[in-house]
Amino acid sequence: MVSVRPRIVAGMTNLAIMASGLKKAYKNTVVLDGIDLDVRTGTVFSLLGPNGAGKTTTVNVLTTLLRMDSGTARVAGYDVATEPKQVRSAIGVTGQFASVDELLSGRENLQLMVDLHHLKRGEGKKVVERLLQRFELEESADKQSSTYSGGMRRKLDLAMTLVGRPQIIFLDEPTTGLDPRSRRTMWNIVRELVADGMTIFLTTQYLDEADQLADKIAVLDQGRLVAEGAPEQLKRRIPGGHVQLRFPAAAQLGAALRVLPGSTPDPESLTLRVPSDGGVQSLRNLLERLDEYAIDVEEFTVQMPDLDDVFLALTGDSSPAAESEMEVITT
Amino acid sequence: MSSDSAIMLRRNFKHTLRNPVTVFNAILMPIIMMLMFVYVFGDAFNVGGGDYINYATPGMLILAIVYGLSATAVAVSSDMTKGIINRFKVMDVSRGAVLTGHVVTTMVRTTLALTAIIAVAFLLGFSPTGSLLDWLAAGGVLLLVVLAVSWLTVAFGLAAKTQESAGFATVPLIMLPFFSSAIVPADKMGAGIREFAHYQPFTSIIESIRGFFIGAPNTGQTLAAIAWSLGIALVGYIWARSTFNAQA
Repeated sequence: MVSVRPRIVAGMTNLAIMASGLKKAYKNTVVLDGIDLDVRTGTVFSLLGPNGAGKTTTVNVLTTLLRMDSGTARVAGYDVATEPKQVRSAIGVTGQFASVDELLSGRENLQLMVDLHHLKRGEGKKVVERLLQRFELEESADKQSSTYSGGMRRKLDLAMTLVGRPQIIFLDEPTTGLDPRSRRTMWNIVRELVADGMTIFLTTQYLDEADQLADKIAVLDQGRLVAEGAPEQLKRRIPGGHVQLRFPAAAQLGAALRVLPGSTPDPESLTLRVPSDGGVQSLRNLLERLDEYAIDVEEFTVQMPDLDDVFLALTGDSSPAAESEMEVITT
Repeated sequence: MSSDSAIMLRRNFKHTLRNPVTVFNAILMPIIMMLMFVYVFGDAFNVGGGDYINYATPGMLILAIVYGLSATAVAVSSDMTKGIINRFKVMDVSRGAVLTGHVVTTMVRTTLALTAIIAVAFLLGFSPTGSLLDWLAAGGVLLLVVLAVSWLTVAFGLAAKTQESAGFATVPLIMLPFFSSAIVPADKMGAGIREFAHYQPFTSIIESIRGFFIGAPNTGQTLAAIAWSLGIALVGYIWARSTFNAQA
């Protein structure tokens, strides 16, 4: 393949981000335990994981905000450790907590970015107007951004990131805390950015979000990548989510657990989670089996795969929910 | 000053204008304190001849300086604890611009407050006898003091975990002038406090200003005031820069 940009060495021509062996620890806590990443230019890469998995730390390392303990990372062809300035000029970052200036209006926030990027006056004005229009912020453009809704704030945040025309955009949990409608708007914006040729590095805790947007998903758990692949490949490993059974008493729950190997009980809510592909045949088998042993079931729900299932299937043990509960207890 | 610093300065001024409490704390509060001390308590203080307003004005200027500082500490902390600082860092905004912006904002705001205090002092009968040169020297010392405590306050703001604790961190600085010769001469204080008042920076600073205002410059105290200010500025600057660079 012929390299168009002289900076880029042949063989990595179409990689926007590559990292190998990223490690980061705070005191005795290992946050990243050897992460390898390859992100092709012009694609959406999603880092999927629960809170505390190390998503934000990964973003901070790749965006030069945080020094890694060991490993190498190249972003836009530049070494994160030795060429941070060049990396910064090629990227844009929209963090988990919207980093807008709350005392300034939307327009002033964008103007601040224009000033800091040293755009020419006339050009800057055009950029501001275009972004306000594109993100449907014109009506509130002159209101102080502290009055904006969560969704508007994220949009403004992303618009500010775009002022610098980045090649690669890091979106750290861009839809956490947004209502479903704002989430969809954000998804559409991401799709447009990719259509414009940008590379997106997206972190999320929602499988459906990664599924909707990503060309490639990497699942992060406790600082390690536990799976990587196209959404279809990953979903094949977690076929149909699970069936949730609720029992009238602990006795039935115990009995069901014995006859349904591979299921996970929750004694507190008297429920049992049985992995299932959701197909009619397997559901019939499940019900027949319960019938056969005369186990009384109070409630029966089929659930689509969610992050819990991904983790259950990929890590085989603790679900992220159980994990975060444990964290709360120990801290 | 780099162009990034100028952009940050403009941003901080917009903040100040949109946050009237800042202006109140920095300018109106010192004036109210001054009226209180001069009108309410003034007659009770025996400062050794002369109008109390002539004695009190230098101290009131120092109070005006320290009163505005909590706004700076809170503003710095707010920048650091909300996401905006990461945006600036990733954009490669010159590393010190955010901090320099806050220092210059504080200096401009404080200069306004000092001007207001002097104007009110004249209305209350302040009658200094210093020459123009003395006034310029007094102004120079004051600006140096403002620069010094501004950097120290920026460091407070950076080191604080929350905005509330940042505001609180400046309280010792606000209290310190009361244990100096700002309100009454140090000689009139109780044992222990007296010695402390004699040797703390604000006494040297206030005595230096006082000397210039009455046209009798106090070289010893002025040198001490300059040395204190340079020392505080250096500590504040180094502390602020290292804290800023250490934070992700």
